[in-house]
Order: sequence, then C-alpha cells, then structure tokens
Amino acid sequence: MVRYFTRLRVRRIYKWGGRPYIFDRKLKSYGFEYLNMSVEGQEAVTTVTPGQYILIEGNDDEYPFVAKLLKLFGDESHKQKKALVQWFLRLSEVPQNKKLLLGRSPHPQEIFYYLGRACDDEINAESILGTVHVQHVPEDTPFPEPGTKDTLYVKLSWDTKAFNVLDPVLMQDTSASTPPKPAPPLFTPCASPTATPVSRGPVHHALPTPDPTVMRRAGSVSDTRATMSAGKRSTLEAESIHSASKLSASKILSAKRRGSAADTPGVRKKLQLSIGASPGKKMTRADVLCELLDEEMESEKVVSLKLSSSVSHSLQHGCSLSPMRSGCKTPNGQRRFPWKLTSISLDRLSPTALGEQDFSSDLLLAVIPLALEDEVFEAGLPTDAGSANTPKKRQATPRRNYVRGQKPTTPSRRKESAMAIREPALGVLAEEDSEDSPMQPIALTPRSKRKSAQLVSLRIRKQLNLLDNTQELISDGDDDCFVPSKKELQSSSNEEKTDSEEETVAKKTRGRNCKTSVRTPHKTPSKKVTPSTPRCATPCIPSRTVPARQPGNILEEARARLHVSSVPESLPCREQEFQDIYNFVESKVMDGTGGCMYISGVPGTGKTATIHEVIRCLQHASDMDEIPTFRFIEINGMKMTDPHQAYVQILQKLTDQKVTADHAAALLEKRFSNPAPKKETTVLLVDELDLLWTRKQNVMYNLFDWPTRRHARLVVLTIANTMDLPERIMINRVASRLGLTRMSFQPYSFKQLQQIITSRLNKVKAFEEDALQLVSRKVAALSGDARRCLDICRRATEICEHSASHPSSAGLVKMSHVMEALDEMFSSSYITAIRCASLQEQLFLRAVIAEFRRLGLEEATFQQVFVQHRTLSRVEGLQPISVSEGLAVCQRLGACRLLLLEASRLDMLQRVRLNVSQDDVLYALKPVRD
Amino acid sequence: MSKRKVKETHMPVGECISQVQMILRERFCHQRLPEKPVGMESQHKHLLELLRRTAVHGESNSVLIVGPRGSGKTMLLNCVLRELLEVKDVNKNVLPVHLNGLLQTDDRIALKEITRQLNLENVVGDKVFGSFAENLAFLLEALKKGDRSSSRPVLFILDEFDLFAHHKNQTLLYNLLDVSQSAQAPVAVIGLTCRLDVLELLEKRVKSRFSHRQIHLLSSLSFIQYLDNVRSQLSLPQDFPDTKFYDEWNDSIKTLCEDQLVVDVLQSHYNSSKDFRSLQLLLMLALSRVSASKPAIKPTDLLEASRVCMVDSKANILHGLSILELCLIIAMKHLNDIYEGEPFNFQMVHNEFKKFLQRKSHSIHNFDKPVVIKAFEHLQQLELIKSMDSSTAKIQKEYQLMKLLLDHSQIMEALQKYPQCPTDVKQWAMSAFG
Repeated sequence: MVRYFTRLRVRRIYKWGGRPYIFDRKLKSYGFEYLNMSVEGQEAVTTVTPGQYILIEGNDDEYPFVAKLLKLFGDESHKQKKALVQWFLRLSEVPQNKKLLLGRSPHPQEIFYYLGRACDDEINAESILGTVHVQHVPEDTPFPEPGTKDTLYVKLSWDTKAFNVLDPVLMQDTSASTPPKPAPPLFTPCASPTATPVSRGPVHHALPTPDPTVMRRAGSVSDTRATMSAGKRSTLEAESIHSASKLSASKILSAKRRGSAADTPGVRKKLQLSIGASPGKKMTRADVLCELLDEEMESEKVVSLKLSSSVSHSLQHGCSLSPMRSGCKTPNGQRRFPWKLTSISLDRLSPTALGEQDFSSDLLLAVIPLALEDEVFEAGLPTDAGSANTPKKRQATPRRNYVRGQKPTTPSRRKESAMAIREPALGVLAEEDSEDSPMQPIALTPRSKRKSAQLVSLRIRKQLNLLDNTQELISDGDDDCFVPSKKELQSSSNEEKTDSEEETVAKKTRGRNCKTSVRTPHKTPSKKVTPSTPRCATPCIPSRTVPARQPGNILEEARARLHVSSVPESLPCREQEFQDIYNFVESKVMDGTGGCMYISGVPGTGKTATIHEVIRCLQHASDMDEIPTFRFIEINGMKMTDPHQAYVQILQKLTDQKVTADHAAALLEKRFSNPAPKKETTVLLVDELDLLWTRKQNVMYNLFDWPTRRHARLVVLTIANTMDLPERIMINRVASRLGLTRMSFQPYSFKQLQQIITSRLNKVKAFEEDALQLVSRKVAALSGDARRCLDICRRATEICEHSASHPSSAGLVKMSHVMEALDEMFSSSYITAIRCASLQEQLFLRAVIAEFRRLGLEEATFQQVFVQHRTLSRVEGLQPISVSEGLAVCQRLGACRLLLLEASRLDMLQRVRLNVSQDDVLYALKPVRD
Repeated sequence: MSKRKVKETHMPVGECISQVQMILRERFCHQRLPEKPVGMESQHKHLLELLRRTAVHGESNSVLIVGPRGSGKTMLLNCVLRELLEVKDVNKNVLPVHLNGLLQTDDRIALKEITRQLNLENVVGDKVFGSFAENLAFLLEALKKGDRSSSRPVLFILDEFDLFAHHKNQTLLYNLLDVSQSAQAPVAVIGLTCRLDVLELLEKRVKSRFSHRQIHLLSSLSFIQYLDNVRSQLSLPQDFPDTKFYDEWNDSIKTLCEDQLVVDVLQSHYNSSKDFRSLQLLLMLALSRVSASKPAIKPTDLLEASRVCMVDSKANILHGLSILELCLIIAMKHLNDIYEGEPFNFQMVHNEFKKFLQRKSHSIHNFDKPVVIKAFEHLQQLELIKSMDSSTAKIQKEYQLMKLLLDHSQIMEALQKYPQCPTDVKQWAMSAFG
C-alpha cells in the first residue's frame, strides 16, 4: 500500500511534535517526542513516535525499508530532521548468495532483525513513509497464517553472515518502549470503520486466486447452498459486530450504519454520501493509507485476541465486495462501468469495508438481487462520480449480489465473467510480488517490478494466456492458506471463500486501473489472445542425460586441471598486483567512498582473474566481518551489443529491473547521486573498457563520474588491453575522471608461466620438467599469454596419449610431445599448404615470383604472371593451360590467401600480390623441384 | 526358355544403366559421406577425440579446420559427427548448432539462429523474441548457468568461419570462445574455413581466447592415390542387383583407368587441382554419356568431358563475333603490341582498322563509323574490353580509354578456329606490325 506514496510523488510535510525534551549541548541537537507527517494539501496527519516501526523510503517503492524508530532529533534550526533507527531487513535485501542460509522458504512478510554494522543507523527523518506493524514470532511457533500485508513478522536476526534466532529481549524492549497509545486518533471520520484491517488480512492473502471461484461455481452451484452459507454468515457477522464494538466508538457507529444500510441499497447509498461529505474534504489515497497503517496497529490486537473467528469472518466479508465481478457479468455495455468507478474509489474500499461487507451479507441472505435494482444503481452513478467517491463502491456491492442471483440461471454468462476476472487478476498478479504469493508462478515476478502505469493494459494482454496456467497453481495455494481459518467455516461453501478472493482481485485491479487512464475502455477481453512472448523465459541449457565422465588417468586429470576454465587454488605470480588492487578496493569499501582504477595488459595476463580473486578475498573478509559488506557487479564491453547496454546491465544486476538504456541511465544517475539509507558499496568491474567507447563518450563519462559523487559509494575497476587507452581515446573530461590510479599487467615471464603450470598441476605428475620449461620459454618469448601456455600443455598431453600404444600405458609428457604441440600451434601452415598445392598452383606461384623479379615490384597483373606461367610450363614440359584455367588456379590460391587478389571482375587485369615471403615460397617449392 | 531364365537373373541393359546412373550420380552430386574419410586419418582422429571429450567429459574446446576449397572439411566434420552420434551415450547428450557465415551475415541473425537451434525458452514456434541485446544477454545467461558436469555440451559449428570474424566487434566469436575458456556450459566451437590466415583476422582478445588448435586439411595425395580414387568412385557397389553387369562394369572401369589417354587426362586434371569436387564434375560429365547403347565409359568420353571442363570460355565468345568485331579485336592486339599494354581508345582502334582497310584496296569491310562504334560497344558489353576510367560521363565515347581483356594466345587460337575467316584478316593478325 505504501507504494502509492512514492508513486504519486506527493510532498510530505514533516513537523516535530511536542517539546524538544533533550538538548545535546555537544551536538547541538534536540530530541523530540514524535514526528507529525502529513501530505501536502491534506489535513490528515500521521504521528510517528520512537518505538514504532516505520517504513523508510528506499530504492524499491514497493518494498520500502523497515526499521524501528529509536530516537528523533534535529538541529537547532529545526531544519534537519534526523532519526535513529534499528534496521530490519527483508529477505530481498539479503545478498543473493546468503539467502540459502535461511534453510527454509521465507514467509512473505518475514523480516529480519539487522545486527550488522555496515548500515548507517542515522537517517533523514524526511524519508520516513509511515508506520508499519511488526510482530515478533518466537522461534518455534509458526507464522500466523493469514497475515495482513502490512504486518511484518520477525523471527530471526541477520548479522551479515548468518541467520540467528532473535533474542526476544530485543523485541520486547521495543514493545515496552512503545507508548501505550500506539497511534494518535485518526482524524478523518471517513475512516472510522476500523475493523477493516481485519478484513483486509485475508483479502490480501487470498489475492492471487481469482479463478477457482469460477471453476468451482461451474461445478455445481445451487440456491440451497447459497442460503446455507448465508446462514452461517449471519453468525459470523454477529461476531464481527462484537469485535468491532470492542474497539472504539467509531466502530459502533459503523455497526449502526451497517444496520441501517442493510434495509435497502438506496439508503445505504445516501448514508455513504453523507459520510463522504461530512469530513468536508477530499481524501487522497495517501491519507487513507496513513490511517490504515495506524488502524492496523489496533486491529492487529483484535486479531490476536480472537484470531480464528475474526479471520474467518473477514473472509466472509471479502466475498461481498466484488463490484468488479458484477460488472463483468452485466452485458457488455455496462461492463466497463464498474471498473471505471472502482478505479477511482478503490482504496477507499478498505476503510469502510466492514460496513459494506455486512451489507452485502445481509443482502445475500435476502437474495434481493433484481436486475432492475441494479439498473437504478447504474443510473445513479454518474452523479456520484462527480461528487464523492465513496458511494460508488457501495453501489458495486449490490450489483454483485445481483450477479449472485443470476448466476445459477445463466451459466452461459459464467464464461464471460471468468474472462473478465482473469483480466483484473492479471494486473494483480503482476503487481503482487512473489513474496506475497509464494505459489505464484515465477514467470510473473520480473514483470511485476515494472511500475509504469501505461504498461498495465499491455501487461494484462500479455499475461492473459499465462493465466490459464496459473489458475490451478493459484487455487492450490489458496487452499493451503485458508486451512486454519476455515475452522468455523467448514460447513460454509467453498463458493464464499473463493468469492472473497475474487474481491481482493477486483479491488487490487482497480487500484491499478486508476493509475491508467480512467476513461479508456478495456479492450482486452475482446482481443484475440496472441501467442505469448516468452518474457520471463528462464535461460538455461538443457541438462545432460548421461553424467559427464570424470577424468580417468593422470593425463586426463592433468588436462582437466590445465583447462583455462578450471579455477586454480591460488593465483601465483600476480601477488603484487593482487595486493595493490586489494588495498585499493578494501580502503574504498572501508571508507564508504568511491574511486576508479584502470588496469591494462595484453590478453591472457590474468587481469580479470586477479580481480575476481580480489573480490573473492574481500567477500570472505566481509563474511568474517572484517570489512563492511559490498556488492560486486561485472559487465563486459564485449558482451553487449551496444555501449549503452552497459546501463541496462548494471541496473539489472543491481536491482533486477529490466528497462531501456535511457531509463536505466536515469535510474542509475538517481541511485548514485542521491543519498540513500543502508547503501552498501558497489564494486563495478568493467571489462573490455574500450568497447564502451561512443562518440560522445557519455557511457564512460558516467561510469567514471558516478564514483566521484558523494553518496555513490561506487568503486569502478576498468580493464582494457592498451596502456595508453585513456590518453588515446578518451576526451579530457573523461580521462580526468578516470584519474591516475593505473596498473599495468606485464606479460608473464617464462618463470612465471612455469610456476603457473606447476601450481595448476598441483603435484599431478604428468610433465617432464624440461618439457614444461620449453613450453613456458616458448610462450614467454612469443606473447606471455597464459592461456596459450595452458592450451599447448593440454595439447601436449593429448599427443602423448595418442602416441602411446595404449592409453593407460602413456607415461609423462616428454619434450617430443611438447615440440609437436608447439609446432602445431605456432608453425605457419603456409609452407605445408604450398607443398600440398597442385602442380599448376605451384607453377603459378613460381610465375608470380619470376614476374616480380622481372618487374622489380611486389605486384603484377594476372596477365603478366600468366605469360610467365606459360613459359614456365613449357620449360617444365607441361601442356600450357588456358586462361580460364589459369584464372581458376589463381582464384584458388587467392581463397587460401597465399595470394592477395583484387576483385575478380577485373579479370585479367587484377593485380596479384604474394601473402607469403618469396623466400618461403622458394623454400617450400625446392624439394618439389628436386 | 533359356533366354527367359537369363532374364530372371539379369536385368535388361537399360535398367542396369539407369541403376548405374542413379548410384553414381548420387555419389557425385549428393555429396554422400564416404564410409571413412580417405587420406586424413590423423585429422579425423584428432577431431573425433576432441569432440568426444566435449561430449563425454564436458570439456570445452575450440578448433579450426582449415583447408582449401574442396579439400573435404565439411565431409570430415560430418563423418566425425556421424560417428560421434552413433555412440549411445553421446547421442542424446550433445546439441549441435550449425551456423554458416554466408547465411548468418551478422551477429543479430546468428544469435537468433543459435537460440532457435538450441530451442531455448524464448523461442516460440520458429520465432525468437526479444531484441538483439536481450537475445545476447539471454544466451550468455543460459550458457553461464550451465556447468561442466550437468549441462549438455553444445557444438557450435561455424562454417565459413572467416566471415564471422568480419562481424562488428567480433562479439559472437568473443563470447563463444570466452564460454569455451571459462567454467560455463561445455561448448565446442568448430570453425571451418579455407583461409590460411584466419587467425590474423581475429582481434587480439578473441585470438587469446581461441585455443589455437588448427586441423589442416592439405591433401598430399599422390597421383596413384588419385587414380585409385577415380576407380573407386566409378566402381559399382557390391550389392548391385545384376552381378553380371556389375562384373562387366567394374572390369571396364579397371581397363579404363589403365588406358594411357585416360591417365593423361586425369594427370592434367590432377596437375591443375587435387580436390575431389572438380574430379566429380569431370566424372559426372563422362557418366552422362553412358546410355543403353553404349553401356560403358570409353576413354574418349573422358577426353571429351575434360575438354568441356577445361574449355576457355572467352575463346568461345570470340567464335561468335562478327568479322568486323574480330577485326577490331585484332586492331586492339596490334595496339597492345605497339604500346606495350597501354590503354587505347576507339579512335586509335578505328585508325588502326582503317590502315588495314587502306592496304587492302578491294575491301569488303568498308563500314561507316557509326557501325564500327556499334561493334565496339558490343565488345564492351561482352566485357572483352574494359573501360579504364570509372567516370564515363565526361569523356566522349570515342576517346574513352579501354583495355583489352584477352590474351594474345586466346585471339590467335580463336582465329584458327573461326569458321571461314578471311585469309587477309588472318594474315593481318599474324603479321608483327599492323
């Protein structure tokens, strides 16, 4: 719910409440008793006092940070409002690799008491979004089943390394410190029905199950059943009144209202209107939310008192609320209507839910539903829409009843409704996070993160077909969820339950729709379902049926160890570089500052490997709590299609969001330039930096500029091959930001290469010492590329294996094998190619050389060469070939790139050049002439 | 009665011939894989071992098969793959992906093709969804998720490997080779190319990731082996239905290969090129001359076929020219002789031609200039002459510089064969100076 705050970008106003009670002379700061928050333009005020659990604005609008407020303080000028908090973590904030430590599937509303030190516990008070209810669940008790979405549960604590059982003292502490009157009174009469949260709990919970209703109903729905369930409901209702009466006067009021409204819908409507009007002000969603949060505190107690009854009761309530569904069932013309309304009034449903629910259940008992009545409502609507929002949702309720009445008689309609339901469900599903609905197919989650409202309709369409599959899943999940709450309800029909779920769906959808254009009719149901784009396909290679065989003998073992891909136990010969990079990154992480480093070196000198090793060590250190935690992200210029994709990839790795390059750039800019609580240092490795070059160099500019921001906490390590890259391709402002922290990896010397191989082999005796030395000397002389070295060794083991009569009898890799491997890899194939060429081709090469000698140039036309060729073939006693054949010979040599040729359309005038040295050609041809 | 019995065991000649045609044509044209690749045993073993290790042990590898056109690169690879897939363990374990540089002309298409052939999850039907960037990220993610022991090895076969090196940034090659050098899903990257300098095309970091294994297919086939090959290519298989015809045919092939004329023809072919594709073309032409009335390949057939194969196409065009055009060509030849291959223009040619006409007072070749220009243009259209400067717009037609695309020998040869060539024209062509 809180997300509405941020999405609307409402300006919140924060005011200190109460007298400053402490004055710290040293820090010149005042402590305050509570903080009043209000939304601009609204009068509703939420008060936050120390001891309460609060939500704090974070990167993720849907899942704000959770913390317990410890202290509020400000400076003398009262301009800066600060707060001291105790953080709680959501599971999504726990590093990916540590999530498994939990050892069980987390509860969707589970949070963890944060014991680490890495996070700053002093926050800007103006980032507080509101309050939240946090409940401590003892270790051995299970989570309360139907929790509201706004109640979070703490069971364990997290100290950046492991999950521990939370010391109850820590939590008790908090409850003791909370003031006896938890929340200030709600200021809007409109929000009076405080019982709502109770009802909302299961509603939310049931959320992802829109369809079972339809399915079940399709089975057998009879009037008897309906009445039976209705009978049950009446008792429940009584209970709810009971519970409500306990709460406050306002609730009693609502109960009264309920009673009166039960008579006719019309009356109810009026009542609503009056209620809506009496505050004399327009309420924004935000207000309601604020209140809801507060209400939650109260209601939660009720829940705990009479958990089972109220829960089941609320369940009942839920079912009566589906204006959405009713809308769907009415003929086409009307169908759109309720959606529109609901989109306006949606959020308001919850505060008044209790009253409504009772109404509807009453209505259900009576089975009033008449089509006429419904029509009346429809007619009344436009005016309502104009004036106050509240009545409209009221209106939805009766319609639903009408539908219920219709239902058994019009089975044909059912399909339609199913369709319509599905659509809202889509929105909901997308919106719902996996956290809320563990049963929900994973496929939906990535999309759910997207918030752009315009995409909603698109999304609905896209996921329409997905839903078919999700139905079953969802229904299963819902059954599980409801088991405990069913205690009293067991006799009541399934229908009811599922109805309630539907309602939630409807409610949610409206919340969505209101963000899109209210007026646009939804075309989705009529649209043909197109084959789905596999948005959320999981990338994976099919797994093999037969397991991979393990290395059998020493040579195979050696080969596996020598493969470049195998991760060595240690990284020899780069100790100095390792230390430098380690110190650099460590210091930045410790200080919480940012910086850039440029690393250069020819390919295969261990740049990337060293950095990975550094990161591994740092991760270890942070696990050992020696340094603060940090995040490591890696991008590679070669692994993207366009430099601007760098933004997309960084953002995706940081937050799992999938957005366009421009949007990603904007989001990253925001992320790195704004202060945010609980920010940990990000270490970004940019491999193949030169590929990120663009004409304006803005990608590089941004990459190097972000670390210089005050709040960025970004360390950028860049890798490229050339040492002078900054000077060569970067414009001044980019090069200047990159700074002078540079390092260059020298090519390995032969000793280092030898050491690398030895350490990789790690006592597997497969090579003769001399053989190793030969390889390393040869490679060091040529390139110093460790990859080359390892490849040659690997090839040598193969040759050794093949040369042996029997694979098992193969001994050590000897000099001869290594020589052969070296020959294979380094020797140029030109000479062999010339030797293996046909006679005419060889002759042509000789003709080329002869012509070159005659002309004194390194270039001749084919015509000139061909004259020589003819003469030569006469000398050799061969039949001279025709020009066409000569050209074919020439082209064949050109295809092998022994000759370099011009475009062949020049025919006889194309110029010919040798791609090999003349000496090589003559050397290659010599034995042939003998 | 006896005749009928013979008919039962022996098919009529016509039927036999059609059988022979069918079998041999399939052999020559359909590129049927041989039982065992000849003359490349070590390469075969090397490649087979390499791919087997990828398939069985999950070891990533990269290899290039280099050899001139027609040297059997694809044949070798296909033989190896066939042999590999015959192994039961391997059969369902490898995912071959075939790419061709001539078809996948850029990385975008190549990525879609890879995704399609791997049948990853973003493929619906035959379509691959997502943008280029998404596809790349998806594929890389997919490969990254795999590991040596659990995921299926993927064999990337890149035909015309050198063309992939011309893709922008060599992104595809970098990524494939990078996967082959890191602990991700096991892959084998097999490149086929005819360029010997293919490694020089690779960027340094791409090159560093390549394992530098190259299998060279350079046939060092001797002429004896070449002859054997011809014999085996023409011989009928054991299971030929008609045993009598089988014997007769194979005997005739044997004698054919010992014929001196045939040996000479084959020798010249062997000298020209050793690859089997051109040989198959030759044999195909010879085979098409076999009919029911002539149920064997005769040495003359082969000779004729070789003549067709080796014919000089340009000399053939010359045979179809008019006398005037031929005269112009001769004039050009003389100009070439005089100016040592310097370009000429129409006016020069025309002057030369007129000089020739003046000498012969009784000329029947007296043409108007426009007619001569037309003939000149026709020669240009036939591409027997080629304009030297690219911008033809500015210069007048008569003064455009041209070059002759014919060799002297070709002209002389054509003149000899030209039907009813006037003797004075011939003499003019023979004479040293116009």
